[in-house]
Amino acid sequence: MTAQRRWLIAAAAGFVVALLLPRLGVPTFYVSLLTQAWIYAIVAMSLDLLVGFTGLVNFSQAALFGVGAYAVAIAATRFHVVDFFPVVCIGIIAAVVTAAIFGLVALRSEGVGFIIITIALNEIVWGLAYQWVSVSGGDNGITGIVRPPVGPFDVSANTGYYYVCLAFFVISLVLLSIVVRSPFGLVLKGVRETPRRMRALGYNVWLYRYLAMMISAGFAGLAGVLFAWYNQFVGPNSLSLDQSTQILIMVILGGIGTLYGQLFGALVVVFLSNELSAVTQRWETVLGVVYFVVVMYAPGGLVALVPRLWARLRGLRPAVERT
Amino acid sequence: MNGAAVSCLALEGVSKRFGSLSVLEDVSFAIGAGERCGIIGPNGAGKSTLFNIIAGELPLTRGSVRFFGGDMTRKSAHARARAGLARTFQTTTLFPKLSVIENIVLALQAHSAERFHLLAPRSRYHSRDREARALLERVGLASREAEPVDALGYGEKRQVEILLALAQKPKLLLLDEPTAGLAPADASLVTEMLKRERGGVTMVLIEHDMGVVFGVVERLIVLHHGRVVADGTVEAIRGDANVQDIYLGGKL
Repeated sequence: MTAQRRWLIAAAAGFVVALLLPRLGVPTFYVSLLTQAWIYAIVAMSLDLLVGFTGLVNFSQAALFGVGAYAVAIAATRFHVVDFFPVVCIGIIAAVVTAAIFGLVALRSEGVGFIIITIALNEIVWGLAYQWVSVSGGDNGITGIVRPPVGPFDVSANTGYYYVCLAFFVISLVLLSIVVRSPFGLVLKGVRETPRRMRALGYNVWLYRYLAMMISAGFAGLAGVLFAWYNQFVGPNSLSLDQSTQILIMVILGGIGTLYGQLFGALVVVFLSNELSAVTQRWETVLGVVYFVVVMYAPGGLVALVPRLWARLRGLRPAVERT
Repeated sequence: MNGAAVSCLALEGVSKRFGSLSVLEDVSFAIGAGERCGIIGPNGAGKSTLFNIIAGELPLTRGSVRFFGGDMTRKSAHARARAGLARTFQTTTLFPKLSVIENIVLALQAHSAERFHLLAPRSRYHSRDREARALLERVGLASREAEPVDALGYGEKRQVEILLALAQKPKLLLLDEPTAGLAPADASLVTEMLKRERGGVTMVLIEHDMGVVFGVVERLIVLHHGRVVADGTVEAIRGDANVQDIYLGGKL
Protein backbone atom coordinates (compact mmCIF):
# COMPACT_ATOMS: atom_id res chain seq x y z
CA MET A 1 0.00 0.00 0.00
CA THR A 2 2.75 2.43 0.95
CA ALA A 3 4.80 1.22 -2.00
CA GLN A 4 1.84 1.95 -4.25
CA ARG A 5 1.48 5.43 -2.76
CA ARG A 6 5.19 6.08 -3.20
CA TRP A 7 4.88 5.17 -6.87
CA LEU A 8 1.87 7.45 -7.32
CA ILE A 9 3.77 10.36 -5.77
CA ALA A 10 6.80 9.69 -7.97
CA ALA A 11 4.61 9.48 -11.07
CA ALA A 12 2.76 12.70 -10.19
CA ALA A 13 6.05 14.51 -9.53
CA GLY A 14 7.46 13.26 -12.82
CA PHE A 15 4.35 14.45 -14.61
CA VAL A 16 4.60 17.95 -13.08
CA VAL A 17 8.27 18.17 -14.07
CA ALA A 18 7.37 17.04 -17.59
CA LEU A 19 4.67 19.72 -17.76
CA LEU A 20 7.05 22.45 -16.59
CA LEU A 21 10.17 21.51 -18.59
CA PRO A 22 9.43 23.53 -21.76
CA ARG A 23 8.62 26.55 -19.55
CA LEU A 24 11.89 26.33 -17.61
CA GLY A 25 14.05 27.57 -20.43
CA VAL A 26 15.11 24.13 -21.61
CA PRO A 27 16.57 24.58 -25.11
CA THR A 28 14.21 23.77 -27.99
CA PHE A 29 16.53 20.98 -29.09
CA TYR A 30 15.95 19.11 -25.83
CA VAL A 31 12.21 19.78 -25.89
CA SER A 32 12.25 18.16 -29.30
CA LEU A 33 14.22 15.14 -28.05
CA LEU A 34 11.84 14.74 -25.13
CA THR A 35 8.92 14.81 -27.57
CA GLN A 36 10.60 12.01 -29.48
CA ALA A 37 11.02 10.09 -26.21
CA TRP A 38 7.27 10.34 -25.42
CA ILE A 39 6.51 8.95 -28.88
CA TYR A 40 9.01 6.10 -28.65
CA ALA A 41 7.83 5.33 -25.13
CA ILE A 42 4.31 4.73 -26.50
CA VAL A 43 5.49 2.25 -29.12
CA ALA A 44 7.87 0.60 -26.64
CA MET A 45 4.98 0.14 -24.18
CA SER A 46 2.88 -1.34 -26.97
CA LEU A 47 5.65 -3.87 -27.60
CA ASP A 48 5.97 -4.57 -23.87
CA LEU A 49 2.32 -5.67 -23.86
CA LEU A 50 3.40 -8.48 -26.20
CA VAL A 51 6.91 -9.25 -24.95
CA GLY A 52 6.43 -8.71 -21.23
CA PHE A 53 2.80 -9.66 -20.69
CA THR A 54 1.85 -12.13 -23.45
CA GLY A 55 5.21 -13.78 -24.11
CA LEU A 56 5.36 -12.87 -27.81
CA VAL A 57 8.65 -11.43 -29.07
CA ASN A 58 7.39 -9.42 -32.02
CA PHE A 59 9.90 -7.98 -34.46
CA SER A 60 7.24 -6.39 -36.67
CA GLN A 61 6.38 -3.54 -34.30
CA ALA A 62 8.19 -0.99 -36.51
CA ALA A 63 6.03 -2.03 -39.46
CA LEU A 64 2.90 -1.25 -37.43
CA PHE A 65 4.43 2.01 -36.21
CA GLY A 66 5.36 2.85 -39.82
CA VAL A 67 1.91 1.97 -41.14
CA GLY A 68 0.50 4.54 -38.69
CA ALA A 69 3.04 7.10 -39.91
CA TYR A 70 2.42 6.44 -43.60
CA ALA A 71 -1.34 6.56 -42.98
CA VAL A 72 -0.94 10.22 -41.96
CA ALA A 73 1.03 11.06 -45.08
CA ILE A 74 -1.17 9.13 -47.49
CA ALA A 75 -4.40 10.42 -45.91
CA ALA A 76 -3.14 13.98 -46.35
CA THR A 77 -1.62 13.74 -49.85
CA ARG A 78 -4.15 11.40 -51.46
CA PHE A 79 -7.41 11.94 -49.63
CA HIS A 80 -6.95 15.42 -48.14
CA VAL A 81 -7.85 14.16 -44.68
CA VAL A 82 -5.75 16.32 -42.39
CA ASP A 83 -7.85 16.96 -39.26
CA PHE A 84 -6.28 15.82 -36.02
CA PHE A 85 -8.72 13.26 -34.60
CA PRO A 86 -9.80 11.67 -37.91
CA VAL A 87 -6.15 11.15 -38.84
CA VAL A 88 -5.34 9.64 -35.41
CA CYS A 89 -8.25 7.21 -35.90
CA ILE A 90 -7.14 6.31 -39.43
CA GLY A 91 -3.57 5.64 -38.26
CA ILE A 92 -4.74 3.44 -35.39
CA ILE A 93 -7.18 1.50 -37.59
CA ALA A 94 -4.57 1.00 -40.33
CA ALA A 95 -2.11 -0.47 -37.81
CA VAL A 96 -4.75 -2.71 -36.20
CA VAL A 97 -5.85 -4.06 -39.60
CA THR A 98 -2.21 -4.73 -40.51
CA ALA A 99 -1.71 -6.56 -37.21
CA ALA A 100 -4.86 -8.60 -37.85
CA ILE A 101 -3.23 -9.86 -41.05
CA PHE A 102 0.20 -10.31 -39.40
CA GLY A 103 -1.41 -12.31 -36.60
CA LEU A 104 -3.06 -14.75 -39.00
CA VAL A 105 0.35 -15.54 -40.48
CA ALA A 106 2.69 -15.28 -37.48
CA LEU A 107 0.53 -17.00 -34.85
CA ARG A 108 0.61 -20.24 -36.79
CA SER A 109 3.82 -20.84 -34.91
CA GLU A 110 5.29 -19.85 -31.55
CA GLY A 111 8.68 -19.14 -29.98
CA VAL A 112 11.54 -18.79 -32.45
CA GLY A 113 9.25 -19.49 -35.43
CA PHE A 114 7.09 -16.53 -34.42
CA ILE A 115 10.15 -14.27 -34.22
CA ILE A 116 11.37 -15.28 -37.68
CA ILE A 117 7.95 -14.78 -39.27
CA THR A 118 7.56 -11.32 -37.72
CA ILE A 119 11.02 -10.36 -39.03
CA ALA A 120 9.93 -11.45 -42.50
CA LEU A 121 6.65 -9.52 -42.22
CA ASN A 122 8.52 -6.38 -41.19
CA GLU A 123 10.81 -6.74 -44.19
CA ILE A 124 7.84 -7.16 -46.52
CA VAL A 125 6.25 -3.92 -45.31
CA TRP A 126 9.60 -2.14 -45.50
CA GLY A 127 10.00 -3.43 -49.07
CA LEU A 128 6.58 -2.07 -49.96
CA ALA A 129 7.42 1.34 -48.52
CA TYR A 130 10.77 1.36 -50.29
CA GLN A 131 9.64 0.20 -53.70
CA TRP A 132 5.97 1.11 -54.16
CA VAL A 133 7.02 4.57 -55.19
CA SER A 134 3.64 5.74 -56.52
CA VAL A 135 2.07 5.33 -53.06
CA SER A 136 4.93 5.74 -50.60
CA GLY A 137 7.34 7.96 -52.47
CA GLY A 138 9.97 5.22 -52.24
CA ASP A 139 13.28 6.13 -50.66
CA ASN A 140 12.39 9.83 -50.78
CA GLY A 141 9.36 9.24 -48.58
CA ILE A 142 6.56 11.76 -48.30
CA THR A 143 7.28 15.32 -47.22
CA GLY A 144 5.17 18.32 -46.41
CA ILE A 145 3.10 16.82 -43.61
CA VAL A 146 1.60 19.62 -41.52
CA ARG A 147 0.73 19.33 -37.82
CA PRO A 148 -2.98 20.09 -37.62
CA PRO A 149 -4.50 22.05 -34.72
CA VAL A 150 -6.01 20.04 -31.85
CA GLY A 151 -9.46 21.59 -31.51
CA PRO A 152 -8.79 25.28 -30.80
CA PHE A 153 -5.06 24.78 -30.00
CA ASP A 154 -2.34 25.46 -32.52
CA VAL A 155 0.38 22.84 -31.95
CA SER A 156 2.51 23.49 -34.99
CA ALA A 157 5.34 24.83 -32.81
CA ASN A 158 7.59 22.38 -30.97
CA THR A 159 6.43 23.35 -27.49
CA GLY A 160 2.77 22.86 -28.34
CA TYR A 161 3.48 19.54 -29.98
CA TYR A 162 5.48 18.47 -26.93
CA TYR A 163 2.29 18.67 -24.86
CA VAL A 164 0.30 16.69 -27.43
CA CYS A 165 2.78 13.82 -27.28
CA LEU A 166 3.05 14.00 -23.49
CA ALA A 167 -0.75 13.78 -23.23
CA PHE A 168 -0.91 10.73 -25.50
CA PHE A 169 1.92 9.10 -23.58
CA VAL A 170 0.08 9.54 -20.28
CA ILE A 171 -3.21 8.28 -21.78
CA SER A 172 -1.46 5.24 -23.26
CA LEU A 173 0.34 4.46 -20.00
CA VAL A 174 -2.90 4.68 -18.01
CA LEU A 175 -4.89 2.58 -20.51
CA LEU A 176 -2.22 -0.11 -20.83
CA SER A 177 -1.72 -0.20 -17.06
CA ILE A 178 -5.44 -0.89 -16.65
CA VAL A 179 -5.42 -3.54 -19.37
CA VAL A 180 -2.55 -5.50 -17.80
CA ARG A 181 -4.30 -5.39 -14.40
CA SER A 182 -7.68 -6.42 -15.80
CA PRO A 183 -9.09 -9.97 -15.91
CA PHE A 184 -8.09 -9.98 -19.60
CA GLY A 185 -4.56 -8.95 -18.60
CA LEU A 186 -4.42 -11.87 -16.18
CA VAL A 187 -5.35 -14.16 -19.08
CA LEU A 188 -2.45 -12.71 -21.11
CA LYS A 189 -0.05 -13.41 -18.23
CA GLY A 190 -1.39 -16.95 -18.03
CA VAL A 191 -0.74 -17.36 -21.75
CA ARG A 192 2.79 -16.04 -21.20
CA GLU A 193 3.48 -18.41 -18.30
CA THR A 194 1.93 -21.74 -19.28
CA PRO A 195 -0.06 -21.94 -22.53
CA ARG A 196 -0.61 -25.66 -22.05
CA ARG A 197 -2.46 -25.19 -18.77
CA MET A 198 -4.45 -22.31 -20.26
CA ARG A 199 -5.76 -24.66 -22.96
CA ALA A 200 -6.62 -27.25 -20.33
CA LEU A 201 -8.57 -24.57 -18.45
CA GLY A 202 -10.60 -23.81 -21.57
CA TYR A 203 -8.86 -20.70 -22.91
CA ASN A 204 -8.37 -20.36 -26.65
CA VAL A 205 -4.70 -19.39 -26.44
CA TRP A 206 -4.51 -18.37 -30.10
CA LEU A 207 -7.38 -15.93 -29.73
CA TYR A 208 -5.80 -14.08 -26.77
CA ARG A 209 -2.46 -13.76 -28.56
CA TYR A 210 -4.30 -12.44 -31.59
CA LEU A 211 -6.27 -9.90 -29.55
CA ALA A 212 -3.09 -8.80 -27.76
CA MET A 213 -1.38 -8.22 -31.10
CA MET A 214 -4.22 -5.99 -32.27
CA ILE A 215 -4.44 -4.00 -29.04
CA SER A 216 -0.68 -3.51 -29.14
CA ALA A 217 -0.87 -2.43 -32.78
CA GLY A 218 -3.39 0.28 -31.90
CA PHE A 219 -0.85 1.96 -29.65
CA ALA A 220 2.00 1.39 -32.12
CA GLY A 221 -0.11 3.02 -34.85
CA LEU A 222 -0.88 5.97 -32.58
CA ALA A 223 2.84 6.46 -31.95
CA GLY A 224 3.46 6.27 -35.71
CA VAL A 225 0.92 9.03 -36.36
CA LEU A 226 2.59 11.24 -33.76
CA PHE A 227 6.00 10.43 -35.28
CA ALA A 228 4.89 11.49 -38.77
CA TRP A 229 3.70 14.85 -37.45
CA TYR A 230 6.82 15.20 -35.32
CA ASN A 231 9.17 14.81 -38.32
CA GLN A 232 6.70 16.32 -40.80
CA PHE A 233 8.08 13.62 -43.04
CA VAL A 234 7.70 9.86 -43.49
CA GLY A 235 10.35 7.59 -44.99
CA PRO A 236 11.07 3.85 -45.12
CA ASN A 237 13.55 4.16 -42.22
CA SER A 238 10.64 4.64 -39.82
CA LEU A 239 9.56 1.03 -40.42
CA SER A 240 12.89 -0.70 -40.93
CA LEU A 241 13.97 -3.80 -39.04
CA ASP A 242 16.55 -1.58 -37.32
CA GLN A 243 13.67 0.41 -35.93
CA SER A 244 12.00 -2.79 -34.66
CA THR A 245 15.23 -3.79 -32.96
CA GLN A 246 15.60 -0.35 -31.42
CA ILE A 247 12.08 -0.51 -29.99
CA LEU A 248 12.86 -3.93 -28.51
CA ILE A 249 16.07 -2.53 -27.01
CA MET A 250 14.04 0.22 -25.32
CA VAL A 251 11.77 -2.46 -23.82
CA ILE A 252 14.72 -4.49 -22.55
CA LEU A 253 16.63 -1.44 -21.24
CA GLY A 254 13.61 -0.01 -19.46
CA GLY A 255 12.52 -3.30 -17.92
CA ILE A 256 10.42 -5.98 -19.57
CA GLY A 257 6.91 -6.22 -18.18
CA THR A 258 6.92 -2.87 -16.39
CA LEU A 259 5.24 -0.52 -18.95
CA TYR A 260 6.42 2.70 -17.22
CA GLY A 261 9.99 1.46 -17.55
CA GLN A 262 9.70 1.87 -21.32
CA LEU A 263 9.82 5.63 -20.83
CA PHE A 264 13.31 5.31 -19.37
CA GLY A 265 14.32 2.93 -22.14
CA ALA A 266 13.12 5.46 -24.72
CA LEU A 267 14.80 8.40 -22.95
CA VAL A 268 18.15 6.60 -22.79
CA VAL A 269 18.09 5.49 -26.43
CA VAL A 270 16.89 8.83 -27.81
CA PHE A 271 19.29 10.97 -25.77
CA LEU A 272 22.32 8.72 -26.03
CA SER A 273 22.01 8.26 -29.79
CA ASN A 274 21.64 12.00 -30.31
CA GLU A 275 24.31 13.15 -27.86
CA LEU A 276 26.83 10.45 -28.82
CA SER A 277 26.43 10.99 -32.55
CA ALA A 278 27.44 14.62 -31.98
CA VAL A 279 30.62 13.51 -30.22
CA THR A 280 31.87 10.51 -32.15
CA GLN A 281 31.29 8.68 -35.38
CA ARG A 282 31.55 5.44 -33.42
CA TRP A 283 28.43 6.26 -31.42
CA GLU A 284 26.68 3.03 -32.37
CA THR A 285 29.55 1.02 -30.91
CA VAL A 286 29.32 3.00 -27.67
CA LEU A 287 25.56 2.41 -27.57
CA GLY A 288 26.16 -1.29 -28.02
CA VAL A 289 28.47 -1.33 -25.02
CA VAL A 290 25.92 0.55 -22.92
CA TYR A 291 23.18 -1.96 -23.82
CA PHE A 292 25.52 -4.79 -22.99
CA VAL A 293 26.38 -3.36 -19.58
CA VAL A 294 22.72 -2.78 -18.70
CA VAL A 295 21.67 -6.28 -19.71
CA MET A 296 24.60 -7.83 -17.81
CA TYR A 297 24.37 -5.80 -14.61
CA ALA A 298 20.70 -4.81 -14.47
CA PRO A 299 18.89 -7.76 -16.01
CA GLY A 300 15.52 -6.41 -14.86
CA GLY A 301 16.17 -3.20 -16.78
CA LEU A 302 16.87 0.32 -15.55
CA VAL A 303 13.78 0.53 -13.34
CA ALA A 304 14.87 -2.60 -11.46
CA LEU A 305 17.88 -0.61 -10.29
CA VAL A 306 15.72 1.87 -8.37
CA PRO A 307 14.33 -0.52 -5.73
CA ARG A 308 17.76 -2.13 -5.45
CA LEU A 309 19.51 1.19 -4.82
CA TRP A 310 16.69 2.22 -2.47
CA ALA A 311 17.10 -0.98 -0.47
CA ARG A 312 20.85 -0.45 -0.30
CA LEU A 313 20.36 3.12 0.96
CA ARG A 314 17.90 1.97 3.62
CA GLY A 315 20.19 -0.86 4.54
CA LEU A 316 22.99 1.62 5.20
CA ARG A 317 20.97 4.11 7.18
CA PRO A 318 20.52 2.19 10.46
CA ALA A 319 24.21 1.35 10.43
CA VAL A 320 25.02 5.03 10.17
CA GLU A 321 22.63 5.95 12.99
CA ARG A 322 24.12 3.39 15.29
CA THR A 323 27.61 4.90 15.13
CA MET B 1 -28.35 -47.20 -26.04
CA ASN B 2 -31.84 -48.60 -25.36
CA GLY B 3 -32.75 -45.60 -23.28
CA ALA B 4 -29.93 -46.27 -20.85
CA ALA B 5 -28.07 -43.27 -19.45
CA VAL B 6 -25.57 -41.78 -21.90
CA SER B 7 -22.09 -42.39 -20.57
CA CYS B 8 -19.97 -39.47 -19.45
CA LEU B 9 -16.92 -40.55 -21.41
CA ALA B 10 -16.88 -43.14 -24.17
CA LEU B 11 -13.82 -44.27 -26.13
CA GLU B 12 -14.23 -46.48 -29.13
CA GLY B 13 -11.41 -48.24 -30.93
CA VAL B 14 -8.88 -45.58 -29.96
CA SER B 15 -5.45 -46.26 -31.47
CA LYS B 16 -2.36 -44.09 -31.47
CA ARG B 17 0.81 -44.60 -33.42
CA PHE B 18 3.99 -42.55 -33.37
CA GLY B 19 5.50 -43.59 -36.69
CA SER B 20 5.76 -47.34 -36.57
CA LEU B 21 5.45 -47.44 -32.77
CA SER B 22 1.97 -48.40 -31.64
CA VAL B 23 1.27 -46.79 -28.27
CA LEU B 24 -2.44 -47.48 -27.99
CA GLU B 25 -4.25 -50.31 -29.72
CA ASP B 26 -8.03 -50.43 -30.04
CA VAL B 27 -8.84 -49.01 -26.60
CA SER B 28 -12.58 -48.95 -25.86
CA PHE B 29 -14.40 -48.26 -22.64
CA ALA B 30 -17.29 -46.19 -21.33
CA ILE B 31 -17.47 -44.42 -18.00
CA GLY B 32 -20.85 -43.53 -16.54
CA ALA B 33 -21.69 -40.23 -14.90
CA GLY B 34 -20.53 -40.10 -11.29
CA GLU B 35 -18.30 -43.14 -11.67
CA ARG B 36 -14.75 -43.09 -10.27
CA CYS B 37 -12.39 -45.10 -12.35
CA GLY B 38 -8.67 -45.78 -12.05
CA ILE B 39 -6.37 -46.53 -14.96
CA ILE B 40 -3.35 -48.57 -13.97
CA GLY B 41 -0.58 -50.30 -15.83
CA PRO B 42 3.19 -50.49 -15.89
CA ASN B 43 5.32 -47.60 -17.16
CA GLY B 44 5.02 -47.25 -20.91
CA ALA B 45 1.56 -48.83 -20.98
CA GLY B 46 0.19 -45.71 -22.68
CA LYS B 47 -1.73 -44.17 -19.76
CA SER B 48 -0.52 -40.58 -20.19
CA THR B 49 -0.89 -40.79 -23.97
CA LEU B 50 -4.47 -41.91 -23.42
CA PHE B 51 -5.10 -38.88 -21.17
CA ASN B 52 -3.58 -36.52 -23.73
CA ILE B 53 -5.88 -37.97 -26.37
CA ILE B 54 -8.98 -37.67 -24.17
CA ALA B 55 -8.03 -34.07 -23.30
CA GLY B 56 -7.44 -33.16 -26.95
CA GLU B 57 -3.72 -32.42 -26.69
CA LEU B 58 -2.78 -35.24 -29.06
CA PRO B 59 -4.62 -36.27 -32.21
CA LEU B 60 -5.52 -39.94 -32.37
CA THR B 61 -4.75 -42.27 -35.26
CA ARG B 62 -8.08 -44.15 -35.21
CA GLY B 63 -11.22 -44.29 -33.15
CA SER B 64 -13.52 -41.81 -31.45
CA VAL B 65 -13.89 -39.93 -28.16
CA ARG B 66 -17.32 -38.89 -26.93
CA PHE B 67 -18.43 -36.82 -23.91
CA PHE B 68 -22.08 -37.21 -22.90
CA GLY B 69 -22.84 -38.63 -26.32
CA GLY B 70 -21.31 -35.69 -28.24
CA ASP B 71 -18.46 -36.45 -30.60
CA MET B 72 -15.28 -34.73 -29.39
CA THR B 73 -12.76 -36.60 -31.53
CA ARG B 74 -11.70 -33.57 -33.55
CA LYS B 75 -12.32 -30.87 -30.93
CA SER B 76 -9.49 -28.70 -29.55
CA ALA B 77 -8.29 -29.00 -25.96
CA HIS B 78 -9.98 -25.75 -24.96
CA ALA B 79 -13.29 -26.76 -26.55
CA ARG B 80 -13.23 -29.96 -24.50
CA ALA B 81 -12.53 -28.00 -21.33
CA ARG B 82 -15.49 -25.79 -22.25
CA ALA B 83 -17.62 -28.94 -22.56
CA GLY B 84 -16.86 -29.84 -18.94
CA LEU B 85 -13.54 -31.64 -18.95
CA ALA B 86 -10.76 -30.74 -16.50
CA ARG B 87 -7.39 -32.37 -16.09
CA THR B 88 -4.29 -32.24 -13.92
CA PHE B 89 -0.78 -32.99 -15.08
CA GLN B 90 1.74 -35.55 -13.95
CA THR B 91 4.41 -32.84 -13.75
CA THR B 92 3.00 -29.78 -11.98
CA THR B 93 1.74 -27.36 -14.61
CA LEU B 94 0.83 -24.10 -12.88
CA PHE B 95 1.57 -20.42 -13.55
CA PRO B 96 4.80 -20.12 -11.53
CA LYS B 97 5.21 -16.34 -11.42
CA LEU B 98 1.55 -15.56 -10.77
CA SER B 99 0.26 -15.44 -7.22
CA VAL B 100 -1.58 -18.38 -5.70
CA ILE B 101 -4.91 -16.56 -5.88
CA GLU B 102 -4.31 -15.48 -9.49
CA ASN B 103 -3.75 -19.12 -10.42
CA ILE B 104 -7.13 -20.04 -8.95
CA VAL B 105 -8.87 -17.02 -10.48
CA LEU B 106 -7.63 -18.02 -13.95
CA ALA B 107 -9.40 -21.34 -13.52
CA LEU B 108 -12.54 -19.73 -12.08
CA GLN B 109 -12.98 -17.09 -14.79
CA ALA B 110 -12.23 -19.46 -17.69
CA HIS B 111 -15.86 -19.89 -18.65
CA SER B 112 -17.03 -16.39 -17.71
CA ALA B 113 -17.36 -13.38 -20.00
CA GLU B 114 -15.20 -11.64 -17.42
CA ARG B 115 -12.11 -13.05 -19.14
CA PHE B 116 -12.59 -10.48 -21.89
CA HIS B 117 -13.01 -7.49 -19.52
CA LEU B 118 -10.03 -5.25 -20.13
CA LEU B 119 -10.95 -1.81 -18.92
CA ALA B 120 -11.39 -2.47 -15.21
CA PRO B 121 -8.64 -3.61 -12.85
CA ARG B 122 -9.04 -7.03 -11.27
CA SER B 123 -9.06 -5.45 -7.83
CA ARG B 124 -12.71 -4.55 -8.51
CA TYR B 125 -13.74 -8.19 -8.85
CA HIS B 126 -14.23 -8.88 -5.13
CA SER B 127 -16.67 -11.77 -5.46
CA ARG B 128 -14.27 -13.64 -7.75
CA ASP B 129 -11.51 -13.24 -5.16
CA ARG B 130 -13.84 -14.42 -2.39
CA GLU B 131 -14.67 -17.51 -4.43
CA ALA B 132 -10.95 -18.22 -4.94
CA ARG B 133 -10.23 -17.71 -1.24
CA ALA B 134 -12.97 -20.16 -0.27
CA LEU B 135 -11.31 -22.79 -2.44
CA LEU B 136 -7.88 -22.04 -0.98
CA GLU B 137 -9.27 -22.37 2.54
CA ARG B 138 -10.21 -25.96 1.78
CA VAL B 139 -6.52 -26.83 1.51
CA GLY B 140 -5.33 -24.37 4.14
CA LEU B 141 -3.52 -22.07 1.70
CA ALA B 142 -5.68 -18.97 2.10
CA SER B 143 -3.01 -17.19 4.13
CA ARG B 144 -0.52 -17.57 1.26
CA GLU B 145 -2.73 -16.25 -1.54
CA ALA B 146 -0.45 -13.33 -2.39
CA GLU B 147 2.73 -15.38 -2.77
CA PRO B 148 3.88 -16.53 -6.17
CA VAL B 149 2.92 -20.17 -6.71
CA ASP B 150 6.62 -20.93 -7.17
CA ALA B 151 7.20 -20.15 -3.49
CA LEU B 152 4.94 -23.00 -2.35
CA GLY B 153 6.30 -26.36 -1.32
CA TYR B 154 6.01 -29.30 -3.68
CA GLY B 155 3.12 -30.90 -1.78
CA GLU B 156 1.24 -27.59 -1.74
CA LYS B 157 1.77 -27.15 -5.49
CA ARG B 158 0.31 -30.61 -6.07
CA GLN B 159 -2.76 -29.55 -4.12
CA VAL B 160 -3.09 -26.34 -6.12
CA GLU B 161 -2.70 -28.44 -9.28
CA ILE B 162 -5.88 -30.31 -8.31
CA LEU B 163 -7.57 -27.18 -6.98
CA LEU B 164 -7.31 -25.53 -10.39
CA ALA B 165 -9.09 -28.46 -11.99
CA LEU B 166 -11.80 -28.42 -9.31
CA ALA B 167 -12.24 -24.67 -9.77
CA GLN B 168 -13.29 -25.38 -13.35
CA LYS B 169 -16.36 -27.14 -11.88
CA PRO B 170 -15.86 -30.06 -14.24
CA LYS B 171 -18.29 -32.83 -15.07
CA LEU B 172 -15.38 -35.09 -15.89
CA LEU B 173 -12.07 -34.88 -14.06
CA LEU B 174 -8.88 -36.54 -15.32
CA LEU B 175 -6.13 -36.84 -12.69
CA ASP B 176 -2.69 -37.81 -13.94
CA GLU B 177 -0.75 -39.26 -10.99
CA PRO B 178 -1.90 -36.68 -8.44
CA THR B 179 0.46 -38.00 -5.76
CA ALA B 180 3.53 -38.43 -8.00
CA GLY B 181 6.68 -37.68 -6.04
CA LEU B 182 4.85 -36.86 -2.79
CA ALA B 183 5.95 -37.96 0.67
CA PRO B 184 3.40 -40.32 2.28
CA ALA B 185 1.96 -37.59 4.53
CA ASP B 186 1.36 -35.26 1.59
CA ALA B 187 0.02 -38.12 -0.50
CA SER B 188 -2.60 -38.87 2.10
CA LEU B 189 -3.59 -35.18 2.16
CA VAL B 190 -4.23 -35.41 -1.56
CA THR B 191 -6.14 -38.67 -1.14
CA GLU B 192 -8.36 -37.07 1.50
CA MET B 193 -8.92 -34.14 -0.85
CA LEU B 194 -10.04 -36.46 -3.64
CA LYS B 195 -12.29 -38.48 -1.33
CA ARG B 196 -14.08 -35.28 -0.35
CA GLU B 197 -14.79 -34.60 -4.01
CA ARG B 198 -16.42 -37.93 -4.58
CA GLY B 199 -19.95 -36.60 -4.76
CA GLY B 200 -21.04 -35.84 -8.29
CA VAL B 201 -17.96 -35.42 -10.42
CA THR B 202 -16.88 -38.27 -12.66
CA MET B 203 -13.24 -39.08 -12.03
CA VAL B 204 -10.62 -40.90 -14.05
CA LEU B 205 -7.38 -41.40 -12.17
CA ILE B 206 -3.95 -42.58 -13.29
CA GLU B 207 -1.97 -43.62 -10.25
CA HIS B 208 0.84 -45.91 -9.22
CA ASP B 209 0.20 -45.63 -5.50
CA MET B 210 -2.29 -48.41 -4.79
CA GLY B 211 -3.21 -46.86 -1.45
CA VAL B 212 -4.57 -43.86 -3.33
CA VAL B 213 -6.21 -45.99 -6.00
CA PHE B 214 -8.07 -48.23 -3.57
CA GLY B 215 -9.08 -45.30 -1.41
CA VAL B 216 -10.63 -43.28 -4.20
CA VAL B 217 -11.89 -45.40 -7.09
CA GLU B 218 -14.41 -48.20 -7.41
CA ARG B 219 -13.48 -49.46 -10.87
CA LEU B 220 -10.14 -50.26 -12.49
CA ILE B 221 -9.03 -50.46 -16.09
CA VAL B 222 -5.66 -52.13 -16.64
CA LEU B 223 -3.56 -51.09 -19.64
CA HIS B 224 -0.65 -53.16 -20.88
CA HIS B 225 1.30 -52.50 -24.07
CA GLY B 226 -1.40 -50.09 -25.18
CA ARG B 227 -4.30 -52.52 -24.77
CA VAL B 228 -7.03 -52.89 -22.18
CA VAL B 229 -6.25 -56.22 -20.51
CA ALA B 230 -8.74 -56.00 -17.67
CA ASP B 231 -11.70 -53.83 -16.71
CA GLY B 232 -13.80 -54.39 -13.60
CA THR B 233 -14.46 -53.54 -9.96
CA VAL B 234 -11.50 -53.04 -7.69
CA GLU B 235 -12.23 -56.36 -5.97
CA ALA B 236 -12.38 -58.25 -9.25
CA ILE B 237 -9.11 -56.77 -10.49
CA ARG B 238 -7.36 -57.48 -7.22
CA GLY B 239 -8.28 -61.13 -7.59
CA ASP B 240 -7.38 -61.33 -11.27
CA ALA B 241 -4.38 -63.63 -11.60
CA ASN B 242 -3.47 -62.30 -15.05
CA VAL B 243 -3.32 -58.70 -13.79
CA GLN B 244 -1.25 -59.75 -10.82
CA ASP B 245 1.18 -61.37 -13.18
CA ILE B 246 1.70 -58.44 -15.53
CA TYR B 247 1.47 -55.50 -13.18
CA LEU B 248 1.03 -56.07 -9.55
CA GLY B 249 3.64 -58.78 -9.35
CA GLY B 250 1.43 -60.77 -7.01
CA LYS B 251 2.01 -58.26 -4.24
CA LEU B 252 -1.64 -57.62 -3.47
